[in-house]
Amino acid sequence: MGLEPETAMPPILNVTDLRKSYPDGFEALKGIDLQIDAGEILALLGPNGAGKTTLISTICGIATATSGTVTVGGHDTIKDFRAARAMIGLVPQEINLEPFEKVISTVNFSRGLFGKPANPALIEKILRQLSLWDKRDSQIRALSGGMKRRVLIAKALSHEPRVLFLDEPTAGVDVELRRDMWEIVADLKRDGVTIILTTHYIEEAEAIADRIGVIADGKILLVEDKAKLMARMGKKELEVQLSQPITEIPASLVSDRLRLSDDGTALIYSYDTQSERTGITTLLSDVAAAGLVLRDVVTRQSSLEDVFVDLVHEGETR
Amino acid sequence: MNWIAVKSIYIYEMTRFFRTLTQSFISPVLSTSLYFVVFGAAIGSRIQEVEGVSYASFIVPGLIMLSVITQGISNASFGIYFPKFIGTIFEMLSAPVSFLEIVMGYVGAAASKALFIGLVILGTAYLFVDFEIQHPFAMVGFLVLTCISFSLMGFIIGIWAGSFEQLQLVPLLIITPLVFLGGSFYSISMLPPVWQIISHFNPVVYLISGFRWSFFGAADVPIGLSLLAIAGFTALCLSVIWWIFKTGWRIRQ
Repeated sequence: MGLEPETAMPPILNVTDLRKSYPDGFEALKGIDLQIDAGEILALLGPNGAGKTTLISTICGIATATSGTVTVGGHDTIKDFRAARAMIGLVPQEINLEPFEKVISTVNFSRGLFGKPANPALIEKILRQLSLWDKRDSQIRALSGGMKRRVLIAKALSHEPRVLFLDEPTAGVDVELRRDMWEIVADLKRDGVTIILTTHYIEEAEAIADRIGVIADGKILLVEDKAKLMARMGKKELEVQLSQPITEIPASLVSDRLRLSDDGTALIYSYDTQSERTGITTLLSDVAAAGLVLRDVVTRQSSLEDVFVDLVHEGETR
Repeated sequence: MNWIAVKSIYIYEMTRFFRTLTQSFISPVLSTSLYFVVFGAAIGSRIQEVEGVSYASFIVPGLIMLSVITQGISNASFGIYFPKFIGTIFEMLSAPVSFLEIVMGYVGAAASKALFIGLVILGTAYLFVDFEIQHPFAMVGFLVLTCISFSLMGFIIGIWAGSFEQLQLVPLLIITPLVFLGGSFYSISMLPPVWQIISHFNPVVYLISGFRWSFFGAADVPIGLSLLAIAGFTALCLSVIWWIFKTGWRIRQ
């Protein structure tokens, strides 16, 4: 008898053919399949109304799925909801907090709700980590918007979840707080927490995610490793600035990858950084041979935002 | 069973109550005192004894029931409506708690508050009139059951309500008339025969009658029927709440 094959770790979150329709017939989720490995950070990007929040709400039990299954740590979120939900923490998009409660009571309440006995040391650690310890006896209504968002994170972390959903956690917060949030997310990842983050800020996904998922019109368009996605879909452009404007590209230079800027002062060349030959050397010598005088040369890398816009556009035209 | 969650909800709700303890305490004491001054001393002195007791003593169980029913409903309906209104209900729906645990937490707290008010009114009544409780255990039993059953009803109203106006609608338009017409301030036997028959369709009659029996040993309807009515009402409310959580009506998207 041979050795059993080494099995890969099962995903911590497994979403299979998840559908959600509303009584008016609107189909918010159209058969979502998604697998997320333990300890990774997945950024879910999508335009408004794409289904990001509905997907999170359905996984967490706030919305009822029309069909499909979701397991968290192998526990079905319907049949074994206690075990599944105990593993999940959720930071919602809206700042939903009771205004007259004290910070520490609302965080302790969240821990109790998840069936965990009081743990003052842990709650203190979380509040200190989020710079909330000094505000622990303040009423929620006395806090700033950014502080309230931190309270939501503290509540979600209070029961030590293994999977954390952050639904647009940095929407409307200042740059400093956004950076703080990224650090918090990085710390959680170090602690082995799996994080699913929805965001409108492409730079956020670019900065902290391991994988990128793109959702549009209730469908997942792709889920891919961020670096691979950028390499696969990221284009680079070379801008050859001319000392004198021209009205058209000389015949010897005409190519699919070359275009003239609107004001005629630059030739813009698109190329793939991954290919063996970029064609830059040939282009520059051809430009010189055509009698054009160069003023400057600039390169530009397409951002994740460009990739995202391209994907969503492709999804719409498909 | 997630007992820690039940305890957390209960304590959270009770903390809200104790934050406003002065209002919670003074308001029922003041209104009960006014009832005794107006109905007991001013008007009651001109009314003959009812069922063998002075009118001022006769209205004590009805006054307690009036407050307990309205307090149970308003506390429980507000308790669950407020998280819905401000959006914090998401936490309850995403937590590993069953409908039974949520109900036990919220309804338990609302019923405790109503019971507290009921006992405060009972204590206030002793300051104005002399009376004895003939069946103290039955009195406590009826009081607790009424607190629980009407808190369950309040919980349903809180889930149903889509606005603060709707939250007030059912207590104002249905509950208050039923309680006032349920024999809080009079015996059903004092009504003309037709109205006596109509009154028997009012479920509150059975509660007040049973509760008054525990005080004075006299009742408008048999005590067994009163117990059956309150048990049936509690079972009906529990069934509705079970259905609400099963279907997610008005709480889950």
